[in-house]
Amino acid sequence: MSGPVLDPDWPPMASAPLLGAGATLSTVPVATATAGGPAAAEYSPVLDVRKLVKTYGTGEAEVHALRGVSLTVQRGEYVAIMGASGSGKSTLMNILGCLDVPTSGRYLLDGVDVSRLTDRQLALVRNRRIGFVFQAFNLIPRTSALANVELPLAYAGVRAGERRRRARAALAMVGLAERAGHEPSQLSGGQQQRVAVARALVTAPALVLADEPTGNLDTESTRDVLAVLDRLNQAGRTIVLITHEQDVADHAGRLIRLVDGHIVTDVRQGAAA
Amino acid sequence: MNPFETIRFALRGVTANKLRSSLTVLGMLIGVAAVILLVAVGNGSAKTVQARIAQLGTTTLTVTSGGRFGGGNNNTTSTQNTSLSLALVPALQDKQSAPHVASVSPVIDASATATYAGTSHTINSFVGTYPSYLGASNYSVASGSTFTTQDVAQGRKVVVIGETVASDLFGTVDPIDKQITVNGALFTVVGVLDAKDSTGLNDPNDVALAPASAVQQTLTGYGSLSQLLVEATSADTVSQAQSEVTSVLNEKLKVTNTASEPFQVRSASQLLSTSEDTAHTFTVLLGAVAGISLLVGGIGITNIMLVTVTERTREIGIRKALGAPKRTVLTQFLIEATVLSVIGGLLGVLAAVIGTQFTIVGVQPVIVPSSIVLALGVSVAIGLFFGSYPASRAASLRPIEALRYE
Repeated sequence: MSGPVLDPDWPPMASAPLLGAGATLSTVPVATATAGGPAAAEYSPVLDVRKLVKTYGTGEAEVHALRGVSLTVQRGEYVAIMGASGSGKSTLMNILGCLDVPTSGRYLLDGVDVSRLTDRQLALVRNRRIGFVFQAFNLIPRTSALANVELPLAYAGVRAGERRRRARAALAMVGLAERAGHEPSQLSGGQQQRVAVARALVTAPALVLADEPTGNLDTESTRDVLAVLDRLNQAGRTIVLITHEQDVADHAGRLIRLVDGHIVTDVRQGAAA
Repeated sequence: MNPFETIRFALRGVTANKLRSSLTVLGMLIGVAAVILLVAVGNGSAKTVQARIAQLGTTTLTVTSGGRFGGGNNNTTSTQNTSLSLALVPALQDKQSAPHVASVSPVIDASATATYAGTSHTINSFVGTYPSYLGASNYSVASGSTFTTQDVAQGRKVVVIGETVASDLFGTVDPIDKQITVNGALFTVVGVLDAKDSTGLNDPNDVALAPASAVQQTLTGYGSLSQLLVEATSADTVSQAQSEVTSVLNEKLKVTNTASEPFQVRSASQLLSTSEDTAHTFTVLLGAVAGISLLVGGIGITNIMLVTVTERTREIGIRKALGAPKRTVLTQFLIEATVLSVIGGLLGVLAAVIGTQFTIVGVQPVIVPSSIVLALGVSVAIGLFFGSYPASRAASLRPIEALRYE
């Protein structure tokens, strides 16, 4: 596997219905930089990041988290990002997930320049295109696993019955069907993270971003969560994952190393598991 | 996401955090109830004062010794005894000089502890007087009889007791003709008074009436009187009676300077107007108290709302990361704040209404309707503002900032 992955049998789960999520998104200008012709949108990479810079603070307290990162991720790729703490990988992830904005540089998501989206359109993008898995799980406390998984669907305006069905299906996919009624505090770390993964995939997003999803988990839970991600990737989802551990990174088809806000290596490795 | 869904989310938010929600409601409840109750207690005591004065009757005049306030009576010299005495009573009863006076009753106040068969009771108001006092102060006899003018003349130690005294001392025993010991002297109970409605502060049934002569002889000594209770012939003649009483007393007490009389004659209506001044002072005081309690209650509500929402900044971050638009998050928190504020406020009103059913430090509170509106309105407004403003601030943050919030 080398070069851009342009699988003609690309599952349509991320295409028309989601891309056309309301008139709000369809009016967004498609970046012309990558456009080579009428089919540009179809061929545009999921992630296209140019010279991304992020600095925190000002004056003496200024911290350069990212110093010009450029990166392209094609559909269906499984990318692992590694780096020491402070290398800027989490900052990159947050920007990719539209949770934060870069100081400068351009970020095209599915060919759409994110910086030109309004607050409401950004909410739509977060809701429909991206599934985010946090290291700290970030489930809503005192709320059942099922309700947590339903949450993105509720914000997407899916009806209650349909929502419950899809949430149950997502929980079943991560092997937690029988834990649907449990609250986060009644679940183990691994189970909580699997609920979080279910929540990330329930809207069928094209892109799943996982920020050290196994950072707080024991070996067995790590294996469970990685298995779920592998299956997602096999089903055609694009996955970007941050990790500290080499054996986690080995699941990915592409490994990027960040040092001090720069990409130092970007290698394709033996296809995932 | 439709509004109905948002409401369901908000209600789930309220019920998911039972401790926090109930603390918020409790904070609101206390704030609202405190204001309403305080105002009600103040209002109640003002009402009590007015009712007590009205109860004296519209035909009675009260003569008390002592000059008017500010009227320098230093020149009423020590050679002249100007205090009220029993000797003044016959002069006031004289139909020639005071035709509009129906009756005159001296009032000798004593506090006394009565005992009967080992039970003892401190009588709030032990009054030495004449039989006419009962009519003048709207007392009537329920059983037995009152003491007579003859009893007064002979200084018989007989007593008519109020209902509270009767039940405390005798319980179910019939008190008539029983002997009670009052500060060492034996008094025979000849009658029990009808119960009067309580108007607060003092129990009007915790009273004992005895002949003035007997009280002076056994309890107080032959000093001056506390006051004279004068009854006019009718409500229309009160002012005539007042001027008659004043001139008789001036003559008897040899007052030369009428600008500084050593006594005051006041009708119930005059007392009422004095009490209106008092009531006004009360209102001002109450306003201040209500204002302060509202402020304190408001700060309490502000506190709990700020803590509640700030604590949930992270949750707001999660919701935004999952694609919740700002407005949906805001609406959810606004509804949560509304539900908590309104429930807390209404419970506060309920608590205050229940609280006013009880006598508080001797005062029967009377609710002022406007205080309910004020307390509820201000508290709910504060609750809404401080419930939604921090939420709006949090919802305006970038998701990552909200998520990092500790």
